[in-house]
Amino acid sequence: MTFLTALSIVALAVLFYNFSRIRAISAANGVQANLHSRPSYHGLYSFLWVFLVGVTALIIGSILTPHPMVLFGVVAGLSAAVGIWTTRGITAETRARNKAERIVTGILWACAGVAVLTTIGIILSLVFETYNFFESLGWRVDKFLFGTRWSPLSGLQDGVMDPDRVGILPLMVGTLMITAIAMIIAAPIGLLAAIYLSEFASQRVRGWVKPMLEVLAGIPTVVYGFFAAITVAPLLRETGDLFGLKIASESALAAGIVIGIMIIPSISSLADDVINSVPQSLRDGSLALGATKAETIRQVVIPAALPGIFSAMLLGVSRAIGETMIVVMAAGQGANLTANPFEAVTTITVQIVMLITGDTDASTAAGPAFSLAFTLFCVTLVLNIVAMRVVRKYREAYD
Amino acid sequence: MISMTELSKKHVSPESAARLKKRKSAQKRLQMLGIMAITISGLALVTLLWSVFGKATGAITESYIEMTIELDADEIDRDNIRAANFSGMAKSMLKDSFPYVSGRTPRRQMYDLISVGAAFELRDMVMENPSLVGQTITFEFLASDIADLYLKHSYGQIEAAPHTGDISLVTEGKVTTIQSSAPDFAPLLVSVRAGLHAKAEGLRTQAQMQENGRVVFDQRAADGEDVEVNLAEAIRRGAARDQFYAQADELDALAAQQGAVFDLDSRTASVFVRVGDSWIKLETISETSGSGEILGEFTQDSYAAADWELMVYATPETARKVSDIQAMLLENLRDADKIVTHFNTHFFTAGDSREPELAGVWGAAVGSFWTMMVTVIFAFFIGVPAAIYLEEFAGDSRATRFVEVNINNLAAVPSIVFGLLGLSVFIGFFGMHRSSPIVGGIVLGIMTLPVIIIAARAAIKAVPPSIRDGAMALGASDLQVSMHHVLPLSMPGILTGTILGMARALGETAPLIMIGMVAFIVDIPDGPTDNATVLPVQIFRWADFPERAFEARTAAAIVVLLLFLFVMNFAAIILRKRFERRW
Repeated sequence: MTFLTALSIVALAVLFYNFSRIRAISAANGVQANLHSRPSYHGLYSFLWVFLVGVTALIIGSILTPHPMVLFGVVAGLSAAVGIWTTRGITAETRARNKAERIVTGILWACAGVAVLTTIGIILSLVFETYNFFESLGWRVDKFLFGTRWSPLSGLQDGVMDPDRVGILPLMVGTLMITAIAMIIAAPIGLLAAIYLSEFASQRVRGWVKPMLEVLAGIPTVVYGFFAAITVAPLLRETGDLFGLKIASESALAAGIVIGIMIIPSISSLADDVINSVPQSLRDGSLALGATKAETIRQVVIPAALPGIFSAMLLGVSRAIGETMIVVMAAGQGANLTANPFEAVTTITVQIVMLITGDTDASTAAGPAFSLAFTLFCVTLVLNIVAMRVVRKYREAYD
Repeated sequence: MISMTELSKKHVSPESAARLKKRKSAQKRLQMLGIMAITISGLALVTLLWSVFGKATGAITESYIEMTIELDADEIDRDNIRAANFSGMAKSMLKDSFPYVSGRTPRRQMYDLISVGAAFELRDMVMENPSLVGQTITFEFLASDIADLYLKHSYGQIEAAPHTGDISLVTEGKVTTIQSSAPDFAPLLVSVRAGLHAKAEGLRTQAQMQENGRVVFDQRAADGEDVEVNLAEAIRRGAARDQFYAQADELDALAAQQGAVFDLDSRTASVFVRVGDSWIKLETISETSGSGEILGEFTQDSYAAADWELMVYATPETARKVSDIQAMLLENLRDADKIVTHFNTHFFTAGDSREPELAGVWGAAVGSFWTMMVTVIFAFFIGVPAAIYLEEFAGDSRATRFVEVNINNLAAVPSIVFGLLGLSVFIGFFGMHRSSPIVGGIVLGIMTLPVIIIAARAAIKAVPPSIRDGAMALGASDLQVSMHHVLPLSMPGILTGTILGMARALGETAPLIMIGMVAFIVDIPDGPTDNATVLPVQIFRWADFPERAFEARTAAAIVVLLLFLFVMNFAAIILRKRFERRW
């Protein structure tokens, strides 16, 4: 029925398009040049009104859910009424094009607004649940942020959690450890690869290496997760056994290394961009003074590109913190406050997934899950904003 | 002031040569580091692809067991074929083919050789062709995952070992004793002994761990912390330690015994004596003799060396899913040419299943298709107008900058957060249906929106102002300039960006898990509102299953996903190459 109603809106819109068009033609008395706007704009104006009013009525109607026939009647009636209103009084002077264009521009504006709406939606939904959760904790936000014990579902009483068991410190430490391992891998490799590509590599080498890095960047994270769990973790465990080290099969090391591999291409491509945007004149000046290429890079290019490189690193950190699939598949699930990378640790994202997909009642699990997500959102937001600020500042320096 | 000659002297001195050499080697070092970094990333990529593709090869073929089955007219009602018990018929067929398999557990293991899906396939065939009822037909029964893995040597396999002696058999009750004229079983004793020693070593490690625990608890008790509890625990651990040590010593003593008869169990290698289709699985062995139960029929009391075979399954029974009985039956079937391998069609045509041999990616691929349709409609038809507005109509106001910052931030929000947005808004607030492609598509669409807006803006920006000026000079309105001139010219760039955005969305998993697309769905979805799962989520689920056969299927599903991504990226490259215009 909804489909039929939607179809009727389109049919009415098309009908009024033609109706307005014909009325405009007749208003022109056979000489089209008499018209302010071409007939198709008169048609478009009616079409847009009928369509927009119809769709709006349909959406509101779907939420109110009246009887389908009532809905159909109201929607079709409204659309038709608006259609008749737009066709009334069409004369040669009617500025249909301007009116229609204003509507279209409005639609374009609304589309751009969806992005803002999304942000508002994210913030509202996260804040709403987080607020409820903190309220149920009696506003012991300090226990949430600095508590050392995380097992929210074990302390559950009548849907209320024990403030002593919702400390996210172990998750924070786990997330940061994995992120640190990832950055130890990705930062030097990504940066050195970018330096080599932008300063030393021949066209041919670039032609090979760039697509390779793009392939690495295009591999879905679930594939990296499989790789971490099936190949890297057992390999590390066996290597550890050789040296008498006990490496857990869900160690922070395995997840960190694979996340590091995953963010190498994003760091290298961002760093490549900033290195390339260092003006050639700076390099030329340094070379002219007799510096070798390596000295130019170390003492001129890198310092000039440093803000950009810094923000590339921050974006890499932000990606590592927010990464979900690799840690879900390869990191641990139990909160474990440790600084040993060979042990299993858990992360914020893992806990969100466990809470949401677990057997617990959805409304109970939502509290801690959304609070964790809100924390994650804030951390990544700050990192992104700082990164963007730094880039903007740096750009101004050379423009 | 330094003179020119002195300066040049400074630059030809041995010190300067050394300095120059050092500076040049610093340059070489930097270059080498760059090459190393690139090599490491290349190696990582190769290792990843290698391990995925290598594991995927196990899912290319599937095994069938070819058997003749009587479609008894008494058992099958021609008017209601669906109701007939095909699975029972398959079982009795197996029972008749291997009458010597007796006992509950061996029978069940025998039935487990063929997939539970085989009976349904047989039923479907009979339903399609009812004239088969009453006939005896040869049918290829789909092998179970365990049988398939054994046939692909994933669990190691039974292999013939060298022997020189003639054997004589003496049967007493159920147990048959084999006496060989040569020490044929001696080499096997070495491994049995080694196994016993290794087991003893394992027990000692456990004893040591108990000891470590005992020390800790002892210390705690000495420190006055919960004295009674800790002391009791320390004593308990001490006892456990002694028990482990005693067991270890016992095993070592047994292994050291000369001329002894060793028991074989499920933790040692399995040893068989085979004549034709008949087997004796040995329960005990010494250097020249062994004893065990007969499976099959031995017609003679003695066999010459050339007439019997000594078979060894080196992998202990506990370390593999396939039992000795199953392995023996499969060897018999293989030698009788009853095992057929085909291309794995189930994998490409079936939906999800808990049985690895019946599981396929088709359901997930169709789910991915519907999800991507919703995503592309949502993201393209909102993203492109938004880009046009921001690039062509919005001035440089605070509001515009706010929207821009917003979009850039959204592009960097972790994907899992979008999943929670979908969960609370579309499922929680609008009450939409969990695990349907429409919700998944919208969530991925919202996530892809910034990517498409950013790509579309870049493409629109690349259209030179002269196009706009020319159109305006001819009297076009702002909207006409954008819609009739700028948009068509930037379309290739926009489409390229859209395809790349879609490719990213296709591989996205976390947000879909949040909105409940992880449910177990067998049916192929017919539309965007049906229950569905998608390829990456299917991969995630399969990776979590304990059955070993799922590992190869997970890898194969990854290959399918990578193939789709490759095609999409390739299309984007072609599009860019063909239609990209340099102004």
